[in-house]
Amino acid sequence: MKPPPFEYHAVGSVEEAVGLLAEHGDEAKVLAGGQSLVPLLALRLARPAHLVDINGVSELASFANGDALRVGCLVRQRVAERAGAVGVANPLLVRALGLIGHTAIRNRGTIGGSIAHADPAAELPTVLVALDGEVEATSRRGPRTVAASELFRGFLTTSLAPDELLTGVRFPPWLAGTGWSFQEFSRRSGDFAIAGVAVTVRLDTNGVATDVRIALSGMGPTPVRASSAEAALVGQPPSEAAWNAASQEAVAGLDPPSDVHGSAAYRRHLAGVMTRRALREAHERAEVRS
Amino acid sequence: MTRRVLQLSVNGRAHELMVEPRRTLADVLREDLELTGTHLGCEHGVCGACTVLLDGLAVRSCLMLAVQAAGTEVMTIEGLERDGEMHPLQEAFRDSHSFQCGFCTPGFVMTVLALLDEGRDLSEVELREELSGNLCRCTGYQSIVEGVQLAAERMAAGR
Repeated sequence: MKPPPFEYHAVGSVEEAVGLLAEHGDEAKVLAGGQSLVPLLALRLARPAHLVDINGVSELASFANGDALRVGCLVRQRVAERAGAVGVANPLLVRALGLIGHTAIRNRGTIGGSIAHADPAAELPTVLVALDGEVEATSRRGPRTVAASELFRGFLTTSLAPDELLTGVRFPPWLAGTGWSFQEFSRRSGDFAIAGVAVTVRLDTNGVATDVRIALSGMGPTPVRASSAEAALVGQPPSEAAWNAASQEAVAGLDPPSDVHGSAAYRRHLAGVMTRRALREAHERAEVRS
Repeated sequence: MTRRVLQLSVNGRAHELMVEPRRTLADVLREDLELTGTHLGCEHGVCGACTVLLDGLAVRSCLMLAVQAAGTEVMTIEGLERDGEMHPLQEAFRDSHSFQCGFCTPGFVMTVLALLDEGRDLSEVELREELSGNLCRCTGYQSIVEGVQLAAERMAAGR
């Protein structure tokens, strides 16, 4: 239960970090909060030859709410959770942050780290997918933006190249009146969820849904959008029958893993129940708007 | 593996050590500084026994490399007593029988110390949620909850 040896590089700038990543490629791992990487090292599931510690790069630890909410990769989850500006900018994100691990984990864990780690049962990747967010990545080849729909490629796998550093996360502007909900079920508080779902809903002046987002966690190798269920709800007034049908539709084609915590059938059923609850709560929070 | 110089402050005392980067803060506290009050249960961030304060915030010392604590102020369970007197939180834990074997206790105390320092008024449900990151295999948690509530009352009255 002790990390294996590695070469440790504490960098002071993004340039220095991407230089090391370019030099060492997939032999190197980025160390941010360490709440996912250090356990992997301790269990010796990861044996990187080089660790690039970005904690000293202060420019990565800021956030700004302009046109979109832009969060630097190194912003601690607990800092974002408690920042009033983030709460105003994105209540769904704040709710999801509060469900990550425990306070002591969130004091160190970072926004960018959780997304780059790409655990399909984790909260932040699911929120990013639900809201069609983006990440900023940079390498010696230059910066680029990657849409959430293009980012998550498989279990713990993103489309970022080994020489790229995820520098920031962008959430689209939060439109006033949007209803939201994040529901998840885990055996113990703070554990990874067996099933989870993020939902947002927008209503028109007649109370009819104009935009519905449903993203499920823990149901496959990546977070998944329930596109057909979303489409089925648009144009409909809120009703238990519609939410019930949509939650069935959302989980119908999914093939979640079976493990000691539950069978695939149990997970699918649970995700359906979570989706129905989330749709109801999001509708309750949505304001009728022109 | 190359060792690095590490300067940090632990319980108000400055230290300069040579450490291998792969070593965790928990191991350096326990082995190099002989502060064995910080306990290691799971060593991968699940049990909370190794919780210490890093610049006033509760963190898992098994999930940090010691070199990452450079320039910080670390507080461990050994830093609580003053002139031979226990901290009010420790006294409340004793008075409420908030431990049996005591292995998890340092982690609980450090977690709760940071929590009480925030000064929030917590319901029992919220308190249990905050304590859920620390595992205890003896007490069933009831006496720990009571100890925290007693400490909160006493500390509020003393202010």
